[in-house]
Amino acid sequence: MAQTVAQPTATTPAVPATLPLKAIAPWAVFFGILMLVLLYFVGAEQGATSVFNGTDVHEWVHDARHLLGFPCH
Amino acid sequence: MNSATVRNLLVRGMLAGLAAGVLALLAAYLLGEPSVDKAIGFEEAHAHAHAHEHEVEVVSRSLQSTAGLATGVLVYGVAFGGIAALAFCFALGRVGRFGPRATALLLSGTALLTVYVVPFLKYPANPPSVGDPDTIGKRTTLYFLMMLLSVLLAVAATMLGKRLAPSLGNWWATVVAVAAFAAVIGLAYAFLPVVNEVPEHFPATLLWRFRLSALAIQAVLWGGFGLAFGELAERLLNPKPATATGRAVPAAH
Repeated sequence: MAQTVAQPTATTPAVPATLPLKAIAPWAVFFGILMLVLLYFVGAEQGATSVFNGTDVHEWVHDARHLLGFPCH
Repeated sequence: MNSATVRNLLVRGMLAGLAAGVLALLAAYLLGEPSVDKAIGFEEAHAHAHAHEHEVEVVSRSLQSTAGLATGVLVYGVAFGGIAALAFCFALGRVGRFGPRATALLLSGTALLTVYVVPFLKYPANPPSVGDPDTIGKRTTLYFLMMLLSVLLAVAATMLGKRLAPSLGNWWATVVAVAAFAAVIGLAYAFLPVVNEVPEHFPATLLWRFRLSALAIQAVLWGGFGLAFGELAERLLNPKPATATGRAVPAAH
């Protein structure tokens, strides 16, 4: 345990290296769209527009939609 | 290797979003649900006046307020956690001299403001029985428009701040960028149509409590996310030197 003090950390956290855009882009495109689709189903499906018929999705997430601030009905 | 870092951050973002979603769910259930129930009570008491098609109950109230609420809030948390993690990958080292933890908290604070608070101030959350079903299309469009506008303007303001920083210094560049953001948002508030569909005799205190609880849910969600994701990102990107042999090398994997 005493060993932990042995290293005086002179290294104040420097500015972190940036991640290259080329590495971010594929993840951002695929997962960005996937996440937006999820948000659409929580926030708007079977409200203003519908992918599926009926009101099951709307009714299931009804309370979440109200409390998360989406226009519900 | 960089791609793996992005993937690791994305996974951590979604996990942190899930954890923050659990906290937000707790807030939603304890603070929000009582107001939702009272608002539905109001709706039913006035059902004869408004011919509202709520006769057929597709999902029972007890399911809506528990499993349904949980599904919505948790999916929301995971989805925004993933998006925020991707934004973090981009922002890290680009917005200023901030480490992973500070960047994460700054990002989630900005997200709370731009994704939620700014649209909320123009088109606030409404409890059941507030809102005319015939205008749902218009209200949904306006709400998402306001959200998109706010996020795009926040990105633009950040770029403006970065550009002004060399000449004005960080402090004044930030002040000018935030002021520009506020000014354009103010214009949007002034020119976008007003929506007020609160029925007559709807209790003002109930509306206030509902909206306050909606705000609290988001504050818990984004606050929790910023702290949780910041910690996970810090551990991933700046691992603590485990032994006296020196700093663990993050590039080793």
